[in-house]
Amino acid sequence: MPLRIGIDVGGTNTDAVVLDGSRVVAATKAPTSKDVTSGILAALTEVLGAVDTGEVASVFIGTTHFINAIAQGRDLGRVAVVRLATPPQSLLPMIDWPDRLREVVDGGVYVCAGGAQFDGSPLNELDEAGLRQAAKQIGASGVRHIALSSVFSTVNPEPEIRAEEILREELPEVSITRSALVGRNGLLERESATILNAALLDLAGSVIDGLEAAVASAGISATISLSQNDGTVMPLDRARTFPIFTIASGPTNSIRGAALLTGIDHGVVVDVGGTTSDVGMLHHGFPRESTVAMSFAGVRSNFRIPDVLSLALGGGTHIAEDGSAVGPESVGHRITTEARVFGGDTLTFTDVAVAAGAAQVGDPAAVSGLPADTVRRALGIATERLVRAIDKAKLTVADIPVILVGGGGPLLAALPDLGDVVIPDHAGVANAVGAAFAEAGGEVDRIYSLSGTTRAEVLESATAEAVARAVEAGADPEAVRIVDTEDVPLTHLPGGGAVHVRVKAAGPFRTLATTLKGQ
Amino acid sequence: MRLIDEAALADITLGSTVLGSGGGGDPYIGMLLAREAIRRHGPVPLVDLDEVPGDANIVFIAGLGAPGVLVEKLPRENEYAGVLRELERFTGQTYSYICPAEAGGFNGVTPFTTSAVTGVPVVDADGMGRAFPELQLVTPTLYGGRATPLTMVDEHGNVMSLESPTNAWSEAYVRAAVVASGAHGAIAVYPMTGAEAKERLIRGPITLAEEIGRAIREARAAHTSPVEAVLAKQGGVLLLTGKVEEVERKNEGGWTVGKARLSGLDDDRGRRMTVDFQNEYLIAERDGRVVATSPDLIMTLEIDSGEPIPAEEIRYGYRVAVVGLPCDPHWRTEAGIEIAGPRHFGYDIDYRPVEETAGDVRA
Repeated sequence: MPLRIGIDVGGTNTDAVVLDGSRVVAATKAPTSKDVTSGILAALTEVLGAVDTGEVASVFIGTTHFINAIAQGRDLGRVAVVRLATPPQSLLPMIDWPDRLREVVDGGVYVCAGGAQFDGSPLNELDEAGLRQAAKQIGASGVRHIALSSVFSTVNPEPEIRAEEILREELPEVSITRSALVGRNGLLERESATILNAALLDLAGSVIDGLEAAVASAGISATISLSQNDGTVMPLDRARTFPIFTIASGPTNSIRGAALLTGIDHGVVVDVGGTTSDVGMLHHGFPRESTVAMSFAGVRSNFRIPDVLSLALGGGTHIAEDGSAVGPESVGHRITTEARVFGGDTLTFTDVAVAAGAAQVGDPAAVSGLPADTVRRALGIATERLVRAIDKAKLTVADIPVILVGGGGPLLAALPDLGDVVIPDHAGVANAVGAAFAEAGGEVDRIYSLSGTTRAEVLESATAEAVARAVEAGADPEAVRIVDTEDVPLTHLPGGGAVHVRVKAAGPFRTLATTLKGQ
Repeated sequence: MRLIDEAALADITLGSTVLGSGGGGDPYIGMLLAREAIRRHGPVPLVDLDEVPGDANIVFIAGLGAPGVLVEKLPRENEYAGVLRELERFTGQTYSYICPAEAGGFNGVTPFTTSAVTGVPVVDADGMGRAFPELQLVTPTLYGGRATPLTMVDEHGNVMSLESPTNAWSEAYVRAAVVASGAHGAIAVYPMTGAEAKERLIRGPITLAEEIGRAIREARAAHTSPVEAVLAKQGGVLLLTGKVEEVERKNEGGWTVGKARLSGLDDDRGRRMTVDFQNEYLIAERDGRVVATSPDLIMTLEIDSGEPIPAEEIRYGYRVAVVGLPCDPHWRTEAGIEIAGPRHFGYDIDYRPVEETAGDVRA
């Protein structure tokens, strides 16, 4: 039976699991090392103890490397931005970025005539001479990465494609990230994602080399995939070209992991860490995505990422001596030395939960003298906050299960009146499980002109294209399904001129689907 | 006269989204355009309607097109500056003042770009006090005001100057032209004298938007309820606190038409609401009773942040407060209700001011 390995590289811990079908064979949590690679190798070495590495068919990795680089403005390359539109433009690329990040990334902005109208017809004739001139300036500036965007390239990518050819002829050594391959409708947001992607390329190269080396050092020769924001994966090599798609994979993996460990498709997932609990909604086996414009390190993005409410309640959360106050301060990762059950002198949520008998952590005798009133009060406050957050996350008043995962998940079993709560085995490594079960996905996000066609025909064609893309990415054609569909008519145009369609398809990898069917 | 700087513009933008009543297009892009113009040319003068001489000429500045196009084919300073000069060339008149046609949404901030470049002051007045989807749905229409002479320019260099016999004809011609240009143009429309403006226009909507925006910002900073702050500022009514369970949308005659269904949260647990929209939110029905209708403003605000959520963006899963805000008294006249009340939008419902229906909500 082929085995699969899931690895989640978080800021604090690196988790690794070995799965046989959907059964967890081995799991571990190791501290994330500064160089990351050695932490992964340590975690792998531990879970692979009783496993024949020759049996490992695939490795799935979720990482926070790239989001951390953006948040800290570190290890980013300079990017020249080329926009095809009607010159001169007033709203230039990076116009709404924080100054600190822009100073690090901005490698010059070039606007050339080009682009498309909303119906795909040309906005301007492509200014090829202007592009060659821009290429010369970029070459002279020494910038090695280009982000290329074009008005309505989501509808008609041709101008972007032609411009890429021209820039490549002039600058064969420079990387080019094309916006239609990165983002959705909304030029500034799509362009920002394209620029960030280009800025991450050098780092992506070295991180992925490191991941490959760590997996190889562990004696594994299987294919490696990286988790994306939407619960699907891409091959490690594609991540060298599109690192931006991995930046929000953390919460996605924990929600997916909760689904897979419990077999539940609809529910609320509470991922309890040391400092916070993240409450997200599981919908058709996937995280419900955020509906408002999200920002990464102050940059507006129209990426779909899980809609997660964070509340200040984790294993290390401070509790007042009389139980009348819960948080928001936390001892965080110092819990293993500062919490009472670990011999410290700070009263934490872990101590109160252990006193209530919810979990066997550390030395329960250290908290056996806690007054019952303190425990009751603290748990009451924590319950009230959590119930409120869960209620907000839920879509309907109907009762749905609450799944507790994360290192601190079992602690919440101490809360009274939480209702129908599920704490799966291996709850602590749900995110690594989620990484291992990521699917192959395909997506269409485009504006369609309705002249000579109907909304139904457009939706049908978009759906077929999304499914084809998922299958192309490795999904089992028999198991691929539509996980999200939306069509919004463009307003203020008579006669139903155009419609904005989003369709996402996903399915388990062919190899995994075969495995699961064979069980 | 006072000067509008970047900070004031940010508050006005946030408040404009609330005044958009669910429509009007996202003012974020309009704000960026005006902000860049202010950075280049300096703060923009804002004058009270009373400061405008009776014989001065004033005209609305607005962007026209589809909000979904605006975020892709980004507006440019050239068009918003050029449209005023083109109107002057067409009419041979000088326009010394400009103001928004609608204080709600994208168009609540577009005149600031024109003003920053040309130096022509913005008047704290508008023709809606909110957002509406059609050119003729402005208060000057209530007084026989004419949309023409008007001028529209696009980024391709097209200039259309128009005279029409009726405002409905103006709407039809302009709409056809804007589609031909790729669904975005800048327009100068409803020219009038200062004396006419004082009779016909709504006073103070920009200051009101700024106050609403500031109230939301300050409530967020103080960790108090931004929703309560908006209600207090505007004399509004909290119609429901709830979750969006379903949104139906379709395109009818170029408008986004649909319904959002919500179920109550917290104190409203067990209650249900439907909000109908035709670009803007038009009718709110709570447990089967109509509790707010156009021309009063209906808006959805995200519960915790107070972030206004337009009808185009509202989706399954949003957690919002639905608020009703009283419209300007111009709209509460017989003529105002006739052109902007529920029957204009095809509902067989009598208009009742939202403050009166507030009693039904609390009952």
